[in-house]
Amino acid sequence: MMDWIREFLGMLWKTVSDQPDPKAAFLPLIPEEWRSETSVLLSIAPLMMIFPALFALTTVVERKGLGRIQNRLGPNRVGPAGFLQFAADGLKTLTKEDIVPRAADQLVHFLAPLALVVPVFLTFSVLPFGRHLVPLDLESGLLFFFAIGAATELSVFMAGWASRNKYSLLGALRAVAQMVSYEIPLILSALTVVMATGTLSLPQIVDAQAAGNGEWLARWHVFTPWGFFGFALFLVAACAEANRAPFDLPEGESEIIAGYYLEYSGFKFALFFLGEYLGLFAACGLGITLFLGGWHAPLPILERWIPSYAWFFAKLAALIGLFIWVRGTLPRVRMDQLMNLAWKFMLPLALVNLLAVALWHFLPNPLARWAASSILLAGAYVGLGRALMPPSRIGKRVYRYAPQDSR
Amino acid sequence: MNGLTIILSLLVIASALGAVALRNLVHCALCLMGVFLGLAAIYLCLDAQFVGLVQILVYVGAVGILLVFAILLTRGGGAELSPFFSPSWAIGAGAAALLALIMVAAILKTDSLPAPDAGGAELPTLAQIGKRLMQEDVIVLEAMGLLLTAAAVGAIVLAMPEPPPKKEEEA
Repeated sequence: MMDWIREFLGMLWKTVSDQPDPKAAFLPLIPEEWRSETSVLLSIAPLMMIFPALFALTTVVERKGLGRIQNRLGPNRVGPAGFLQFAADGLKTLTKEDIVPRAADQLVHFLAPLALVVPVFLTFSVLPFGRHLVPLDLESGLLFFFAIGAATELSVFMAGWASRNKYSLLGALRAVAQMVSYEIPLILSALTVVMATGTLSLPQIVDAQAAGNGEWLARWHVFTPWGFFGFALFLVAACAEANRAPFDLPEGESEIIAGYYLEYSGFKFALFFLGEYLGLFAACGLGITLFLGGWHAPLPILERWIPSYAWFFAKLAALIGLFIWVRGTLPRVRMDQLMNLAWKFMLPLALVNLLAVALWHFLPNPLARWAASSILLAGAYVGLGRALMPPSRIGKRVYRYAPQDSR
Repeated sequence: MNGLTIILSLLVIASALGAVALRNLVHCALCLMGVFLGLAAIYLCLDAQFVGLVQILVYVGAVGILLVFAILLTRGGGAELSPFFSPSWAIGAGAAALLALIMVAAILKTDSLPAPDAGGAELPTLAQIGKRLMQEDVIVLEAMGLLLTAAAVGAIVLAMPEPPPKKEEEA
């Protein structure tokens, strides 16, 4: 028994101190037939603990941050400065009555929140969180992420349809249309990284962004013109995929109340909330892996003292902060603006970005490839933006009622 | 054929029966997606990662959603179908029997494949699949891409609002 405790603590220490293969000393203590199951459990348990905890923390930080942006206090009653608000909210949702409408399709209504949360948790399994912290090193990890992510659309539809409520169904149709539309720029912008690195494996993509020998700056993809562009497209598309403001039309509380989870109460509602935030974290994690160097520090010197996973989570916190800021700043877009942005602006730009990364790959001279891809992308951005601008209808201002001399 | 594959196969068969027999079209569509997911899981069990994941991405993420949209936009999700038993069952049964006969004959004629771990044969890597698709079979791929683009353009043309009739014709 003492062996177990010692090796278990040793494993935790190895994980925290960023050493290779933390499970190697602990697993031999487990009987042979349970070894693989234990290994899987040891990989899954931290994910199931850390990300819901991060979700709880984010809800508080988001409410405080939004309050700050809107010049009010935000939650400040539960715990020190209101930071235990998440515990109160969690208890509240657990004790609330679970109401299912009589006309609802009972089974599908019950399955919908599960069909959202399970795939979202699965997407975390391929992300490399640290130098030695990769739960599942799949050869086609990126494909896995997008395939599983696509399955969440099904859950949204199930929730909206099974509730037998017009607002729910409208919200679900809006959500599915939006997710299908923004999935294309999302995948195309991720494809640029695949073209540049030649692999779909996420740990290998992170390795490709490490600094070379004697270089002082890491080779994050965001430091290249196509990477910068791809990252911007990726962030906007990820925001829309997560149904977050300014793309929160599926919820649109002023028009369709709460959209597809209108008829959910109690803990099922909390599951939807959890799934939405975890989806956002997973998308941010993928963005970090693809464009922001994964767990690599911007300067290779810093990697010696600060563990790799700390960099990953610092970047994750920064991106979550960015999304909170955007939510507090931008008003909601209109449905036609939403679709026009996806199909007329982001899709062509993502295709041009593929061309830019091909130029980057085939031009040998660093100066030439910087110039060529930057000019191509800037030209496409400005040209497309100008072409899509609605013709100006702003005429000379006319004062119909004011007396002439009071101008 | 291990336990997991058998369980998955039973699930796929059950969902397939549900997709055919259930009376509510949306339930049928959801069952059909269960079939797609089960098939993907079987592919993953057989170490065919690429096919399994593409199955989920294309069939569940795109085809299934399209199907659901089509159901909702045409007959309405709550619409009941015609009675369960109908004379067309005879034709269907005949066609199914014929197809089963052909498939069983084809399976019996095929030499059994070597077990993957017996010969120690390497599974094809993703890079090999990609090279094969983009180099040797690139013309087929391009032709399919052209076909799909033509279909998309056709759909857009069909969905375009018709121009209002000209005034000269009215007069």
